[in-house]
Amino acid sequence: MTGVLPVALEEATKVIQALLRAGKEYVGVMKLHGDVSEERIKEVFSEFQGKIYQRPPLRASVKRVIRVRTIYYLDALEIEGRNILFRVGCEAGTYIRKLIYDMGRVFGCGAHMHELRRIRAGPFTEDESIVTLHDVLYLYNRWRETGDIRMLRKFILPMERALDLMPKIFIRDSAVDAICHGAHLTAPGITHIESGINPKDLVAIFTLKGEAVALGTALASTEEILKATHGIMVKTERVLMPRGTYPKLWK
Amino acid sequence: MQEIRTPWSIKRELLTKSEDETDPNYGYRPEERPYPDIIRFGIINLDKPPGPSSHEVTAWVKRVLGVEHAGHGGTLELSAQRGLVGKDIPK
Repeated sequence: MTGVLPVALEEATKVIQALLRAGKEYVGVMKLHGDVSEERIKEVFSEFQGKIYQRPPLRASVKRVIRVRTIYYLDALEIEGRNILFRVGCEAGTYIRKLIYDMGRVFGCGAHMHELRRIRAGPFTEDESIVTLHDVLYLYNRWRETGDIRMLRKFILPMERALDLMPKIFIRDSAVDAICHGAHLTAPGITHIESGINPKDLVAIFTLKGEAVALGTALASTEEILKATHGIMVKTERVLMPRGTYPKLWK
Repeated sequence: MQEIRTPWSIKRELLTKSEDETDPNYGYRPEERPYPDIIRFGIINLDKPPGPSSHEVTAWVKRVLGVEHAGHGGTLELSAQRGLVGKDIPK
């Protein structure tokens, strides 16, 4: 399989957990083991949208119990004999090879996945930021030769990009170092908040410069947090910023 | 069949609770991080080639950039024709 594979470096490896939970998109080729009418193909493709039950494959790295996954959409882009070019958007942890196999059983004739390319992992897509291994090697060597930091910026993105799809809460400088030490976020530290946050949602805490400070669980909704004058609003789960980046202004 | 909202199509609005300014003496705007922080807090949107596993590709990046830690988000399983494609990681 080919396609979007975000690789995090050093401190940024802490944001990976957010990516593992994020939705994915793929394009691929499915090969049917018998003849199926176009009408029936469209019918089965539509049946597999929404909630599906999936048992992880034999060589999966997770416990093999049936789990529920959401298929956001599943489109047959082109049908050529027994080959179907498809595109799918799905929840994290969906096995596409298994999805194709299960669809094959519904068709009756069986089917297998012939090719697959990931075109999205959370916020990362095949946009202008995607680079090949050759790009990495070339640009890194160009930086070593010239010392031009723009060469590094051409292929290394700030880790904050991994949090693009998460609801964000911005805090004042004076609240940053306490969070870095594992403290929970209280109402007075908050300056801005995004709409649509509900209690128990995973949120990302940012500085006013746009640096990621931590991931946490919201204890209240956006509306409640906007009104609150005191109390813990976010339970800090994973600190992303090293201690001492901002001054210690708490006792 | 009705359309299901994808997590990447959700639009959020930024709301102000209180105003404050940030001290330029601490931290950096992410896109202005100097070396070596640009690597320390960096992530690569890599196009995985066929052939090597996600783990092999990540190990290659780690070695080439000389970093201590590297990890990937979401393993892309090996393709069936791995043996035919062979090693196409640049040296």
